[in-house]
Amino acid sequence: MTILSADALLEIRGLRALFPIRSGVLRRVSGHVHAVDGVDLTIFPGETLALVGESGCGKTTVGRSILRLIEPTGGNIWFRGVDLTSLPVDAFHAYRRQIQIVMQDPGSALDPRFSVRDAIAEGLEAFAIGADYEERSKRVAELMGSVSLDPEAMWRFPHEFSGGQRQRICIARALAVDPTLLICDEATSALDVSIQAQILNLLADLQAARKLTYLFITHDLGVVRYFATRVAVMYLGRIVETGPTERIFAAPRHPYTKALLASIPSLDPGRRSTRPAALGDVPSPERPPPGCHYHPRCSVRLESCSREDPPLVDFTDGICRCVLAGAEREAKANAA
Amino acid sequence: MSAPLLSVENLSVAFPGEAGPVRVVDRLTLSIATGETLALVGESGSGKSMTALAIMRLVPKPGRIEPEARVGFEGRELLSLSVPDMRAVRGAGIGMIFQEPMTSLNPVTTVGDQVLEAIELHTGLSRGEARSRVIELFGLVGIPDAKRRFGAYPHQLSGGLKQRVMIAMAMAMRPRLLIADEPTTALDATIRAQILELLRDLSAKTGTAVLLITHDFGVVNEVADRVAVMYAGQVVEEGTRAELLGRPRHPYTQGLLRSIPKAEARGHRLEEIKGAVPRPGHWPSGCRFHPRCSHAFQPCPSVAPKRTAVSASQAACCHLLDRSVRP
Repeated sequence: MTILSADALLEIRGLRALFPIRSGVLRRVSGHVHAVDGVDLTIFPGETLALVGESGCGKTTVGRSILRLIEPTGGNIWFRGVDLTSLPVDAFHAYRRQIQIVMQDPGSALDPRFSVRDAIAEGLEAFAIGADYEERSKRVAELMGSVSLDPEAMWRFPHEFSGGQRQRICIARALAVDPTLLICDEATSALDVSIQAQILNLLADLQAARKLTYLFITHDLGVVRYFATRVAVMYLGRIVETGPTERIFAAPRHPYTKALLASIPSLDPGRRSTRPAALGDVPSPERPPPGCHYHPRCSVRLESCSREDPPLVDFTDGICRCVLAGAEREAKANAA
Repeated sequence: MSAPLLSVENLSVAFPGEAGPVRVVDRLTLSIATGETLALVGESGSGKSMTALAIMRLVPKPGRIEPEARVGFEGRELLSLSVPDMRAVRGAGIGMIFQEPMTSLNPVTTVGDQVLEAIELHTGLSRGEARSRVIELFGLVGIPDAKRRFGAYPHQLSGGLKQRVMIAMAMAMRPRLLIADEPTTALDATIRAQILELLRDLSAKTGTAVLLITHDFGVVNEVADRVAVMYAGQVVEEGTRAELLGRPRHPYTQGLLRSIPKAEARGHRLEEIKGAVPRPGHWPSGCRFHPRCSHAFQPCPSVAPKRTAVSASQAACCHLLDRSVRP
C-alpha cells in the first residue's frame, strides 16, 4: 500500500476497470478487457498533469472513472482525502461539482436543442447556484465573457458556432459550477492548429485566474511538452513512467517513452526525425502480452521481460516500470 | 524543365447553395513533377481534400468542377476523358489512400481478396499470379507474415496494418501518382512514424510521385519535397520544404507555424491567429486572410493579392511582397 501524500488533490490507487467481452448467442462473458490495470496516480493542486498514451491504453477510462461515468472494478480514488469510490451516488453528487470534464468533440458534447445559455446554465441548476433564472443568465453572460465569447450570443444554438467557439462553450459550461479539477480529455485534438493555440492560451489564462488543476488527457506530445507540469505515460492499462515534463522530454527512462518522444515529427527543415523507435503494432488490450506489456515492441528487452512483470522503480522525480530502470538506479546508488 | 506529371490549372469546385453556387476550391493551380512529393497543407474547410477528389474526378454530387478547369496527367486531359478511360487512370495511373482505413475497406471480404480484386480489375493476370503479386505487395508495405494476413478480415487488423493494406491496394498497379489524404491522422504516434517512413521509402523505391494532403506541418517535414499552403479555397503560398518551414513569407503560413506548441514556448503564450477559418460562401473580399491578419493594410480588404515569386521555387499571394502596392 502506497502512502498517501498529504498535499495531493486527487490520489488514485490500484485503479482497475474491466470491460466484459460477450460472445455467442447467449451473450456469455467470454473474457475481459483490462482497460485500466492497477493505475496509481497523484494530482497536486494547481498543476497540469498530462496523461499520455496511444489509443486503447486506458487514459480516457482513467478520466471517466474519476467522474464515475465508468464505475471502476477496483481501486480507490481519494479527492481531498475523501474516497470517491466508496461514496453512495447521492453523496458523490456534491463532489461532481468539484470535478468537471471537457471532451474531445465539442460538436457532440452539446445538445443541439439547447441554446448556449441553457447549456451553460444546466450545471448551475443542477447545483442550485444562483437564486433565479435572471441571476443564472447573468452568470452565463459572465462565463461567456471569461472564455471570450460574446454574451449577446447566448440565445443562439450550437450549430451556429465554429468548432473552436463550441469548445469555448464546453469550457464555460464546465467552469460554471466553479470546479477545482478540470479533466480535459483530448480537448484540443479535434481543433485546427490556429484554433488549438487559442484554446491552450485560454486554458492557461483560466488556470491562472481560477487556480484550476488540470488532468490533461492527450496523445499529442507537442501539446504536452508545451503545456504540462508533469507527465504520466500509459501503455496498455498501466502507467509506465511519470515525471516532471522537462525531465521526461530531456531524459526519458522507459523504452516506450523514448519511442513516443522519437515519434514526434520535427519542424526543423534541417532535421527529419530518426527511424521509428517502436517496433510493430500496439497489441489489443484484450490480450495484453505477458510480463512487461511493452516487451514485444521493445528494442532493448531482456529475455526475462516476456515472463516477469516489470518492477515499479521509484526515483525521486517519478516512477518507471522497467527492469532496466531498476538496474540503472542500482548502478547510480553503487557509484555514489 | 520537362512537363510535370500532374498539372492542375484554374480548378474550381462549386456546390449549389441557397444564393447560387458556392465555391469550395477557387481557381487553384498546382503541379507535381515525376517522383516528387508535394504536401498540400491547410486547416479544415480550406478545400484541400476536395482538390484531391477533383483530380480523381470523384467530387461528390451535387458538387461540380467548373468548366475552365484543366487537369493534365501524363499529357492527357483528365477532365475530358470518357468514364471508362478515367476509371483506368484511377488505380493504374493515380492511386489514392484516405484517412480512415476502417471505412475504406470492405468488412466482409478478406484484405487479400480486396487487393486481388483491384489487380484483377486492371490486369489480365491469372488468379495465382495476382495472388503472388498481392503477397509481394504486402511485403513491400511491410505487413509482417504476409501469407497469413492475406486471409485476414479488416477487423482482425490494427489501424496501422489496415492503412498498410490501403497503401498496398493503392500501389497495386504501380501508379505514377499516389494521392494520400491525411494518411496518418487517425493513427497513433508510434504507428504514424512507421507509415510516414513507408511512404518515404515507397516513393524513393518506386519513383511514385505523392500528393500528400495534411494539416500537420510535422508530417510535411517528414515526407514532402515541396509544400503548397491552402486557405479558403486557394493556394496562398508554395515553395520547397526548406523554404516554407524555414522562411515562410505569407502571414498565414507564418501564423500557422508559430501557433504550433513548441518546447521553447513553455511558460509563454502561444501566438494565435485570431478568429476562425471562414466557411465557403463567406470568404472575405480582397485577401481572404485579411480579417485575421495582423499585417493587413489599405489594399488588403478590397484587392485580391497577386502571386508574387520570392525565389525560383517559392511564391506567395500577399500584398506585403508585391512591390507595386508596398505600404
